[in-house]
Amino acid sequence: MRNMLAIFQKEMRSYFISPIAYVLAAVFLVISGYFFYGIVVSFSNQSLYYVQYSSRYGMQMPPLNLNEQVIRGIFGLMSFISLFMIPMLTMRLYAEEKRSGTIELLMTSPLTTVQTLLGKFLACFVLYVLIIALTVIFMVILEIYGSPEWGPIISSYIGTLLMGAAFISVGIFASSLTENQIVAVVISFGALLMFWVIGSAVIFTGPGAGRVFSYLSIIEHIVDFHKGVIDTKDAVFYLSFTGFFLFLTYRTVESRSWR
Amino acid sequence: MIEVEHLTKYFGSTLAVDDISFRVEKGEILGFLGPNGAGKTTTMRILTCFLAASKGTARVAGYDVFEDSLEVRKRIGYLPENPPVYSDMTVQFYLDFNARIKGIDPKDRKRRVEEVMERCAIRDVKDTIIGKLSRGYKQRVGLAQALIHDPEVLILDEPTIGLDPRQIIEVRKLIKGLAGEHTIILSTHILPEVSMTCQRVVIINKGRIAAVDTPENLTTKLRGSERLFIEVEGPADEVSRKIREMPEVIGVTVETGRNGGRNAFLVDSKVEVDIRAQLASKIVGSGFGLLEMRPVGMSLEEIFLQLTTEERTE
Repeated sequence: MRNMLAIFQKEMRSYFISPIAYVLAAVFLVISGYFFYGIVVSFSNQSLYYVQYSSRYGMQMPPLNLNEQVIRGIFGLMSFISLFMIPMLTMRLYAEEKRSGTIELLMTSPLTTVQTLLGKFLACFVLYVLIIALTVIFMVILEIYGSPEWGPIISSYIGTLLMGAAFISVGIFASSLTENQIVAVVISFGALLMFWVIGSAVIFTGPGAGRVFSYLSIIEHIVDFHKGVIDTKDAVFYLSFTGFFLFLTYRTVESRSWR
Repeated sequence: MIEVEHLTKYFGSTLAVDDISFRVEKGEILGFLGPNGAGKTTTMRILTCFLAASKGTARVAGYDVFEDSLEVRKRIGYLPENPPVYSDMTVQFYLDFNARIKGIDPKDRKRRVEEVMERCAIRDVKDTIIGKLSRGYKQRVGLAQALIHDPEVLILDEPTIGLDPRQIIEVRKLIKGLAGEHTIILSTHILPEVSMTCQRVVIINKGRIAAVDTPENLTTKLRGSERLFIEVEGPADEVSRKIREMPEVIGVTVETGRNGGRNAFLVDSKVEVDIRAQLASKIVGSGFGLLEMRPVGMSLEEIFLQLTTEERTE
């Protein structure tokens, strides 16, 4: 535990001492902030139009849903940005240790591979949580000027974090395969993109295999979270996905001594 | 303290270490000598649990490097060829991090960090980012890292590389000072370093052990004689007969035999006896003309080369 904490703190420090955490958080906020603004403005225009329309014609319009039209859009966007952002957070975790030879230090110190791996994973995950947490301010703004339902918001956050963990595990795995950070980014981005679009394979595989592919799709499982439903099957998918890739990473790192 | 038995390591189909066996007693400094690519680093990496051996066993402090890897790692301080430093950390933070992952008690950490900084003379750079340090400083930070948990066994891969002459002397002194309590294996391809610091030498070449002995024995055994080159005006057989009369002389070989004219000789004499003055007066006194005399140095390097080349042709 103490060892894991040492690795965790070292990685955390490394994120914040280099510009990487700040730059990514800033880019993330600028993009999601801009879209948040855009979605909210279009939503308020729409509401205004609704009010005018119903008062002019005396008709009762179906109510607009803040959760469905604003919040779901924001979370969808957050997932999409994560797809690009996470490979950049994970790329150096192992690749840099290998390039600089510090992997030799870690592997000859009385640390287990699992301690190192979990320390690294958690550091990246916590950073991701911090970046995602910045978006709470959007929800606060909505709460001040509207009346969003908090249930789906919370479940969406949970889903986003679970999905983030899955993304990070793929990223770490890619990083453990190479000592070149660019290669690590490309592999993890490629793999994530594959898991992102794999559901569309149903077009050419037919419905049978298509069900399997759509189960593997990393975005298929977040849909329910966005609706406010926390389904164990989705949570299990993300957790087992994460566990699987962390296991692959563990084997990759361990196998190093045999080559 | 360290027992290595029939250690063999393949990288794919390349044989890097071929059936190596040796032992290191507690408190001993063992030198690992060999040309680049001889298998020194590979052997050290196996001992430090970084690589797994293909065959054979290695035990450190009674623990198998493969079976009880964590126990071994607790007891080993390792300085790889390139100091394993994080270039974005300050020296102090780096050493503190090392103290943590090497399981030093939290309340002793600060004291240990101070101690190794003192010992390796890096206190003046303790707040500098390691990436900005010179090679020599990095090397010493690496050494400090290896010493931080006061390990029983130290494995140092070319510890003096990249240091300036004064630092080299300091590091050698430091290493010598560590012997006794610590068991040390250090690798190098600088021969004088071995004779200066080590009690025993393993010469390794092409993955095999070429010789194991004390540096003194190795030099005397291999450097069987002191050798002089002389050029004399006088008949070859007569001159060599005269030279052979000297008790210190072991042998004389005629290099170019031109009867009546100038002759060149190689005179082998006992080790560590300078016979030049006597030889000169002997030749001149016998009525020959001494034209040239120079020692043919058989340096440690040549001995080493000879040894490793012989091994290769076997």
